[in-house]
Amino acid sequence: MSFEDHVGDAFAEPRARGGRAPDVFTPGGYVPMRQYDDDEEVDFAIVGTGAGGGTLLCRLAEKGFTAIGFDAGPFFRPLEDFASDETEQTKLYWTGNRIVEGNDWLIMGAKNSGRAVGGSTVHFAMVSLRFRPEWFKARSKMGYGADWPLDWREMWRYYEEAEQALAISGPIDYPWGPKRPRYPYRAHPVNAAGMVLARGAEALGMAWSPTPLATVSAPRGKSPPCVYRGFCRFGCSTNAKQSALIVWIPRAMAAGAEVRDLAMVGRIETDRRGLATGVHYRREGQWRFQRARNVVVAGYAVETPRLLLMSANDRFPDGLANSSGLVGKNLMTQPNQAVFGEVDEEIRWYKAPPSTTVTEHWNYDDNKDFHGGYCWMAQGPLPIEWATVLTGSRGLWGAALREEMTKYNHMVGVKMVGEAMADERNRVTLDEEKDDDGLPIARIHYAWTQNDEALIRHALDQMELSMKAAGVRNTFRQEQDANHLGGTARMGDDPRASVVDADCRSWDIGNLWVCDGSVFPTVGGVNPSLTIQAVALRTADRIEQLAKRGELCRRA
Amino acid sequence: MTDRFPGYDVLLKRNTLSWNEATRRAIDARLSVHPGPRFFSSDEWKTLRALCGRIIPQPADRPPVPIAAYIDEKMFANRVDGYRFAQMLPQGEAWKAALAALDAAARERRKLPFHELPPADQDVMISLMAENRLVGPLWRGMPSQLFFARRVLHDVVNAYYSHPTAWSEIGWGGPASPRGYVRLDADRRDPWEAVEAHPEEEQDRARAENRHVV
Repeated sequence: MSFEDHVGDAFAEPRARGGRAPDVFTPGGYVPMRQYDDDEEVDFAIVGTGAGGGTLLCRLAEKGFTAIGFDAGPFFRPLEDFASDETEQTKLYWTGNRIVEGNDWLIMGAKNSGRAVGGSTVHFAMVSLRFRPEWFKARSKMGYGADWPLDWREMWRYYEEAEQALAISGPIDYPWGPKRPRYPYRAHPVNAAGMVLARGAEALGMAWSPTPLATVSAPRGKSPPCVYRGFCRFGCSTNAKQSALIVWIPRAMAAGAEVRDLAMVGRIETDRRGLATGVHYRREGQWRFQRARNVVVAGYAVETPRLLLMSANDRFPDGLANSSGLVGKNLMTQPNQAVFGEVDEEIRWYKAPPSTTVTEHWNYDDNKDFHGGYCWMAQGPLPIEWATVLTGSRGLWGAALREEMTKYNHMVGVKMVGEAMADERNRVTLDEEKDDDGLPIARIHYAWTQNDEALIRHALDQMELSMKAAGVRNTFRQEQDANHLGGTARMGDDPRASVVDADCRSWDIGNLWVCDGSVFPTVGGVNPSLTIQAVALRTADRIEQLAKRGELCRRA
Repeated sequence: MTDRFPGYDVLLKRNTLSWNEATRRAIDARLSVHPGPRFFSSDEWKTLRALCGRIIPQPADRPPVPIAAYIDEKMFANRVDGYRFAQMLPQGEAWKAALAALDAAARERRKLPFHELPPADQDVMISLMAENRLVGPLWRGMPSQLFFARRVLHDVVNAYYSHPTAWSEIGWGGPASPRGYVRLDADRRDPWEAVEAHPEEEQDRARAENRHVV
């Protein structure tokens, strides 16, 4: 069979139907998939199939619940669908319109969003770090933000479960935080860009480490070891990356879950008792209604509040799960500023995962005059992203830009992932403008707080010191950038001050749950994906326990 | 401009293990882009092409990159980016308004359409736009600085650096699936990576070696 014979367009029509779904490991292949009728009341309708929804879908199915995962995006087979190309692979992003405003507008539609089965784990940088234990009690122990209603020791167990499930490749000894077991797979080799970070950290007396990464360093099942293509953030075309698409989704379907691709959920229905009854979704141009005993929203920090707000009705005029008024508020991103410069050696930073080394020094050193922490990581931007840094940070255009771009193979840099503070003024609301499904688009307001600005200044100074100490010349700062999101449906102990409880169950509607980065009361100074997956693993266990005790909502 | 990677052509790898079929399809389509304009009017097109020519002056010794055609195609297909600043018009409207405004500003200040200005004068007009010094009702409420930074630079840079000519020029390995790379250390090059001509060396040696980079 030639290639063209079996390659379909993942956007043209749903691939998961007719009792089968794409086999992500085989070009043109399918695996059997159980399907449910719209009228069949399933235990869980989960909206979103990324780090939160995909993980939860898998574990609930494995525990014997009937469950459907809806995703607005397509169901890709990476081996046949993914090009080695920055432009083509923007097909992985959520590029529907959002209006952005505020002093520090968020650039949406790329690294902080995903629209595909597997969500943004399909294009994440695979950095898999645990929170510092104290962050789960940021208010009580560190004096800022809000406490999580979770205990770090319990989370430590779920981190381990997530790391095993994702076969994280990492060092034998991790330099920071409480002792943890060794990572399941050996660390990846450190590339030239990563070595410059190490040189700079050592010069300042800081620890550094190979980055724990969710891409395998040796064969695992049908995943071959990483071949260091460097296109990780544009989709892994070899399946080395342990994304939700590769790990959780196949397991979920094998356990009896259904995945509905190209299915945009536009509204959650509630009955006269105020319980959720299912979801309205649009697939193949038709609006349909799926009945469900429980609904889980897992669309990440913009789409999750958008759906809850769009589902407003007479009984819940301000949107679902919103008696606290906090749905959409306390949006947090993470500062993602960087320092770049030039060295004599050929670095060729496009090879290998973008961040092969990390220092969490300032996540664990509290000798600072602001709240929160940050880490920084080695970088490997591809040409379009790099040109965007040069135009945005240095105002280059014309011949000067082209000339500077020819130094690409000699550039190095480090980029922070920092902890922004929650602020109710940073929020997601609904705009009057409608999208192609006739649904109101999100309006996103964002501005750094004073604390954020102090943290960013500190980080830029420290990163610049380290780069200079590593012998990097002509350093410059990328002063504006942000990445991961969180906070718009925060978890807590108090129904007046949070949207969901420790089990990710909404305070207002007993069978409505939120399971994604939106539930973070604080974002910490590390990439969130591992924590999102650990929380989802815990949520699945809690749902099982609640069900056994008869404490899930029952309907007549 | 010195050619750091003389003779390196990333397209020579098209039929190697560095390009999978999905990549070949994507890049083939890019190289056969509709010449345009389908979205812009002929007046807008003249202004756009002149503007693109100054934001990225094209290399003399490599195939030109049809930057304006990529922008026309993006607007024609209405492929959006996932966000829009509150002060900005939707992308296509924004481009049309701004091109008209830029051209009008050129006629007002230099008595010539933008595309007929000498390059140095075009650069002056672009700098005025970048410094937010072009104002007036034709901008329809958009700050010219914001349009320049977030629309002009974004669309032009995304177009130019999506093309193999630009990849060859900067010595990037280009597509790398499924072969990837083996040598990750500094100053180590896989045989399928570009050879850099160091200033003190002969360009000819690098040029000869780059013929075999496949």
